[in-house]
Amino acid sequence: MFLRNKAAVVGLVVFSLIVLVTIFGPGLYGISANKMVAKPFLGPGSELAPLLGTDYLGRDILAGIIGGGRATLFVAAVAAAMTMTIGIVVGSLAGYFGGWIDALLMRFTEIFQVMPGLLFSMVVIFLLGPGTRNETLAIGLTLWPLAARLARAEFLRLRELEYVKAARAIGCSDLRIMFRTILPNAMPPLLVSATLTVVIAILFHSGLAFLGMVDVNTISWGSMLGKNRGYTLTAWWMVFFPGIAIVITGLSISLVGDGLQDAFNPKLRGR
Amino acid sequence: MTALARGIGSRLGQAIGLLLAVVVVVFFLIQLAPGDAALYLAGDQGVGDAEFLARVRAEYGLDQPLLVQLGTYIGNVAQLNLGESTYFNEPVLGLIIERLFATVLLAGTSLIFAVGVGVAIGVYTARRPESPTSSAATVASLVGFSTPVFYSAIMFIVVFAAKWRLLPVGGIEDVRYDGNWVGETIDLLEHLILPALSLGIIYLAIYSRLARASMLEVLESDYIRTARAKGARERVVVYKHALRNAIIPVITAAGLQVGNLLSGALLVEVVFAWPGIGRLAVDSIFRRDSPTLLGIMIFSSAMVIVANLLTDLVYRIIDPRIRVGGSR
Repeated sequence: MFLRNKAAVVGLVVFSLIVLVTIFGPGLYGISANKMVAKPFLGPGSELAPLLGTDYLGRDILAGIIGGGRATLFVAAVAAAMTMTIGIVVGSLAGYFGGWIDALLMRFTEIFQVMPGLLFSMVVIFLLGPGTRNETLAIGLTLWPLAARLARAEFLRLRELEYVKAARAIGCSDLRIMFRTILPNAMPPLLVSATLTVVIAILFHSGLAFLGMVDVNTISWGSMLGKNRGYTLTAWWMVFFPGIAIVITGLSISLVGDGLQDAFNPKLRGR
Repeated sequence: MTALARGIGSRLGQAIGLLLAVVVVVFFLIQLAPGDAALYLAGDQGVGDAEFLARVRAEYGLDQPLLVQLGTYIGNVAQLNLGESTYFNEPVLGLIIERLFATVLLAGTSLIFAVGVGVAIGVYTARRPESPTSSAATVASLVGFSTPVFYSAIMFIVVFAAKWRLLPVGGIEDVRYDGNWVGETIDLLEHLILPALSLGIIYLAIYSRLARASMLEVLESDYIRTARAKGARERVVVYKHALRNAIIPVITAAGLQVGNLLSGALLVEVVFAWPGIGRLAVDSIFRRDSPTLLGIMIFSSAMVIVANLLTDLVYRIIDPRIRVGGSR
């Protein structure tokens, strides 16, 4: 089903390539993102310039793009995993038990929904300091409410079904029903939401890097945009190419998510 | 008391409870940070002995038990006292109010643009689901969703401000028009176009897709078939019967996303040097001005809560089926 959706397959292939490049690219390309390789401000195609030109310090833009994906993709992946874990735990407890547990957990979720996300992660990094661990924590703690609401809705729906009642009748424990009986059936929408979360986490980390809120020694696509921004009026390529990298990555993951959605829910195809 | 008034009353109560919870969370976040205000002041003034620290802590009430401090903090916020900026030495609330108009103007314009154009695109493509325009809109919407707002903002500057010189690169006003009411307004709008467009495009991407999906679903429903069967004209069916129901998920999403909208506005404000609350927040981080930063956190959460209340009200106007106090 999934493989018949051409856009989704293209997305998957492109995303796999991007992951391979972030893992092996820096070693294969051989030029460090931090090394001065030519004169500053060389546009792509000018004499002695690397393929995509150089930045204001004469560093290779292409090397930056190849090396810059690592930090963002790593933080985004871990943060998305954290988001889904918190979301599923909170949402499944709320949806399965209902009553005051549900009311309490949903009120708690609302607190995190009314605080503007980017501001909240900025405050977390401001208070804890930058660095991979704190950046992941800041993003993971921000994005979970969406997953929690989704998981809750699924658990609310599924807990009334026959097979769940059957599991209860033969004396399965609550934990077993929640995670062995219900969760696997709640996975399809959660998986789609996970792909969306990865895209949002990438945008968040890029935004934080753009603002200079993350570790300044790590080059990422977002930080390239932030640092080269002052020269855009004369040197568009410094900002144009790193930005394209973010867009293509986000787009490829979105296409995969879209394909998953169609595969899981054929009725909605083409919407 | 009517059911409506009671419903609005209970929503208001919930909103106040929610804001209180945000204040508590922010208070405990401050406690997480290493060091305290006394250490900061000691570093600032170059005095570090224990006696000075104890004096400052007593003066600011930092030697009190945590719960007492929390009580004082909530009391202050309740009296609209968000503390004093350590950079400007001015009340934080005043700093926020000064910049409120710019942020609300930017976010509001983007939201109206995104909802208006998004619904129009959604309706248009939903009526021709198999057309090339429809697939083009779907792809464009995915691209729009994956594009960081600061990136489109910078690219707009490169193209429209730097290359074609059509619009200003940044800021909110030009000194040229000082004192001339008409000129000032036109000038403000000129400065507004690019920031509002960059911010609006992401939400345009989201809402056009949402409007399309919701319109497709509504157009297949029984009451639309009934309307067609009784011979209502296509225009009436689409714009009167279908749109009214199809727009509800868009309003829900728009209401729920005000927090994200403010996050996006923050980035746009930084790119365009737009003098709003978001830029103040970013500047406050680099000035280590935590009272201002946390004040903005509480204030913007309050803005989101108010926006959610308004969404709730709009619901009731659009859809009379939604009863107060019902489950969401």
